[in-house]
Amino acid sequence: MQAWWTMVRRELGGIFGSWTGYVVISVVLFLLGLCFVNLLQALNSEPTEQPVMELFYSTYYFWLILLLAAPIITMRSFALEKYSGTFETLMTTPVSDFQVVMAKFTGAMIFYMMMWLPLLGCIFIVRHYSNAPDVLDVATLGSTFLGIFLLGALYMSLGCFASALTRNQIIAAMGAFALGISLFLLSFLSISFAGRTGWLAQLFAHFSLLEHMRDFARGVVDTRALAFYSSLTVLFLFLTHKVVESRRWK
Amino acid sequence: MIEVENLTKRYTGHTAVTGLSFTVGRGEIVGLLGPNGAGKSTIMRILSCYMPATSGTARVAGYDVFTQADEVRRRIGYMPENNPLHRDMRVREYLKFRARLKGLGRARSRERIDVVMQQCGLTEVSRRIIGQLSKGFQQRVGLADALVHEPELIILDEPTIGLDPNQIRAVRQLIKDLGQKHTVLISTHILPEVEMTCSRVLILHQGRILAADTPENLQKIMSDGGQVIAEIAAPEEELRACWEEIPEVEDFDVSAAEGEYRRCALTPRPGVDLRPAIFALARERGWPLRELTRSRYSLEDIFVRVTRPDKEEDN
Repeated sequence: MQAWWTMVRRELGGIFGSWTGYVVISVVLFLLGLCFVNLLQALNSEPTEQPVMELFYSTYYFWLILLLAAPIITMRSFALEKYSGTFETLMTTPVSDFQVVMAKFTGAMIFYMMMWLPLLGCIFIVRHYSNAPDVLDVATLGSTFLGIFLLGALYMSLGCFASALTRNQIIAAMGAFALGISLFLLSFLSISFAGRTGWLAQLFAHFSLLEHMRDFARGVVDTRALAFYSSLTVLFLFLTHKVVESRRWK
Repeated sequence: MIEVENLTKRYTGHTAVTGLSFTVGRGEIVGLLGPNGAGKSTIMRILSCYMPATSGTARVAGYDVFTQADEVRRRIGYMPENNPLHRDMRVREYLKFRARLKGLGRARSRERIDVVMQQCGLTEVSRRIIGQLSKGFQQRVGLADALVHEPELIILDEPTIGLDPNQIRAVRQLIKDLGQKHTVLISTHILPEVEMTCSRVLILHQGRILAADTPENLQKIMSDGGQVIAEIAAPEEELRACWEEIPEVEDFDVSAAEGEYRRCALTPRPGVDLRPAIFALARERGWPLRELTRSRYSLEDIFVRVTRPDKEEDN
């Protein structure tokens, strides 16, 4: 536990000690701001029945932020340590491979969640200036952030996996980006199958990140989605652990 | 402290270490000496549980490096080649991070950090960022990290590489001091280093141990056939006659030096020191003697003789 927390703090220190953390946060702030302005304009021009959070997810900004930021956050986790050689000093201390993987993942997750905090600011502004305080209730907000968290966990574990495979941060980022985009594009397959019946359509419906996120933003917490994200996250963390461990395979 | 038996490490394509066996006792300072690519770093990486051997066993403090890696890691302080550090951290912060990682409690780590910073001369740079320190200081940070949890065994991979002569001297002194309390295994291809710091040397070449002994013993073995040089002012014929009379002189050569002096190169029988006899002779005859030396093989000669490629043909 002590070693795990020490490493988590080191991860965060590494992100904020270099430019990476600040650059990612400012880009996210910029995109969120743009998105917010767009949304307000849309709301002012015509009234809508949809919940505000759902409107937010139907813009491209959310996915852009997720797909771009995730590889940048995770690319350094293993690749940088391997490149600089500190991986060797880390792995010769009495810490287990599992602790290392979990610490890298937790560090990335904490940063990822911090990155979304400005979103709360946007929401409070809407709430404050609109005359309908029930537009954004706490439960919807909670389920939205749960969705962001689950989606983030999957993308962080995916990024950690890509980073563990290489000692080059660029390759790690590109790998995570390719994996992430492919997963995201599966959503569009389900759209093209929409309306059709059959097992294929059903299967792709389960893989649709867009669909899952729409539910979360509406305040619907579907256990199927929960199971989907947590099992994929566990799978990629398991694979990461295996990659880290492979150094000691005979 | 270290028991290595029949250790082999194969990478895809080549074999780094072949059937290696050696032991290191508690409190020894042992030097692994070998040219680049001899397998020094491989051995150290296996001993520090970073990677497994292909076959054979290695034990540190009685624990197997493969099956009981956690126990071994608790007992070793390892500084890899090129001394990788988190360059964005401050010295004290880094040492604290490492101490906590190695399982030291809050109070204990504070206390140990103070001790190792004192020991390694880091006290005045404790707040500086590691990346901005000179190479010598960075090296000391690496050493301090290896020492911070008071390990029984300290493994240092080329600890003085890239340092200036003053820094090298300081680091060597530090290693020597460490030997009083810890077992130390260092690797190097710089010969004077082992000559000065180590109590035992293992000479490695292409993954095999070619020689293992104290630096003095290695010299003794190699100095068979070493010559004694004497410069004496005396007529050449008389000198030759004298050398022929002394039974311990196996072979000799007399050549002219400056002025009246003659330079005599004498080969003694194995294990005989000719110098007192020569001095006695010069005094008895009243010949001025201005130089009397034994040509000693340095470890460098030993190293070259042992590791050069045509060694097999020599034997």
